[in-house]
Amino acid sequence: MMTEKELIIIGGGPAGLCAANSAAESGVKVLILERSPRLGGQLIKQTHKFFGSEKTYAKTRGFDIAKLLIDDVLNLSDNIEILCDATVVGLYPNHEITVYQKGIYQKYKAKSIIVATGASEKFLAFENNDLPGIYGAGAVQTLMNLYGVIPGQSIVMVGSGNIGLIVSYQLIQAGVKVKALVEAAPKIGGYLVHASKLRRLGVPIYTSTTIKRAIGKESVEQVETISLNEKWEMVPGTEQIIDVDAICISVGLSPLHQLLSMANVEMKYVNELGGMVPIVTEEHETSYKNLFVAGDVIGIEEASSAIIEGYLVGLIASKRLGKSHPNYETLIQAYHDQLTNLRSGPFGAKTRIGLAKLRGENHA
Amino acid sequence: MSKKDIIICRCEDINLQELHDLMNQGFTSIEDLKRQLRVGMGPCQGATCLPIIQRELAIFLKKPIEEIPLPTVRPLTLGVPLKAIARGAKDDL
Repeated sequence: MMTEKELIIIGGGPAGLCAANSAAESGVKVLILERSPRLGGQLIKQTHKFFGSEKTYAKTRGFDIAKLLIDDVLNLSDNIEILCDATVVGLYPNHEITVYQKGIYQKYKAKSIIVATGASEKFLAFENNDLPGIYGAGAVQTLMNLYGVIPGQSIVMVGSGNIGLIVSYQLIQAGVKVKALVEAAPKIGGYLVHASKLRRLGVPIYTSTTIKRAIGKESVEQVETISLNEKWEMVPGTEQIIDVDAICISVGLSPLHQLLSMANVEMKYVNELGGMVPIVTEEHETSYKNLFVAGDVIGIEEASSAIIEGYLVGLIASKRLGKSHPNYETLIQAYHDQLTNLRSGPFGAKTRIGLAKLRGENHA
Repeated sequence: MSKKDIIICRCEDINLQELHDLMNQGFTSIEDLKRQLRVGMGPCQGATCLPIIQRELAIFLKKPIEEIPLPTVRPLTLGVPLKAIARGAKDDL
């Protein structure tokens, strides 16, 4: 049996929730499909306060932002239907999808679809990388911040992007000894304000250094690190052994492109955006007509950008369905300005270069 | 260093030694390696291993990572029991 819907949003994280909000306010009937048991995406495990402007919930903690976004959607329940534990397993021509939810396999058809599937964590190849005690940063956040369980007593963090830095600090707050943070690049990846906090607490940060192997019988007992030269090659003789019972890997994210790729959406691999991303128009529409994208699935950025993109794309998809938001023009302009603002400055450079590559533009 | 202790694909339990052996035999695309080793065909459908294999191939072939194509993605994104599909199809009759 095929159930027909006006707009289906795949993913109930920040981008999906905000897109649903905009669409419902425009008068569109929305179905949100979320594969996990609850809405909110990665925000629900983020206990730190956000940076940025008031409009993107600066100074509010991640899980509180999730609560606000979820409440907004629940308040629009006349227009928004939500299915959790519902994984979209197939995306086909004519806006047809298949969904697997708690043992039941169903087909849906929509007039328009917004894909907001987010991203998955990257992992590393090193010796004994399957030993118990090795976690991704997402798993550590889930364990500690959602369930109140610490991953170990002492840990080494691999990767100095903002997630690596923030999770290291949260580990310390939870009473875990962070023995060191290693970063393969010659420079710290995330904001120096986060890195400085760790340094003040006495955590050594080793740049141009990577993990060589994990050591242990049944689970992690030690980690061996090694320095890298300017060609990213390991330098023999620089090995260092650190006693830990856990290792956290935080080396970036890849967009969850699988649904788009299986529907033969035109894609491009853009390293700066995290991997395979869809080629989109200015309106965030893919080569598959009336299939839009928002959030990390079109390039890894912070949740603030996903929120704004969600609001923006929800408006655009609704207008295409013949239902314009009363303040359409003003809001579109405001969201574009906010995105430009978020992507300005040195930390937005990667996204700016990535987006230029995606559009096929030349850049220095 | 033992490449056998470096796990590349957790779902199908494939290590770096197996990957490098095949690359040295000339299997230098992810599509080839997938058919030989089942990498990327387990429950996570390549979310973990494909970026790692892409990097290994980029180093082996001395090419930028952008030039290492990812394999074709087909439905479904996760394992769905046949009985669920059968029940779904029954409703169509």
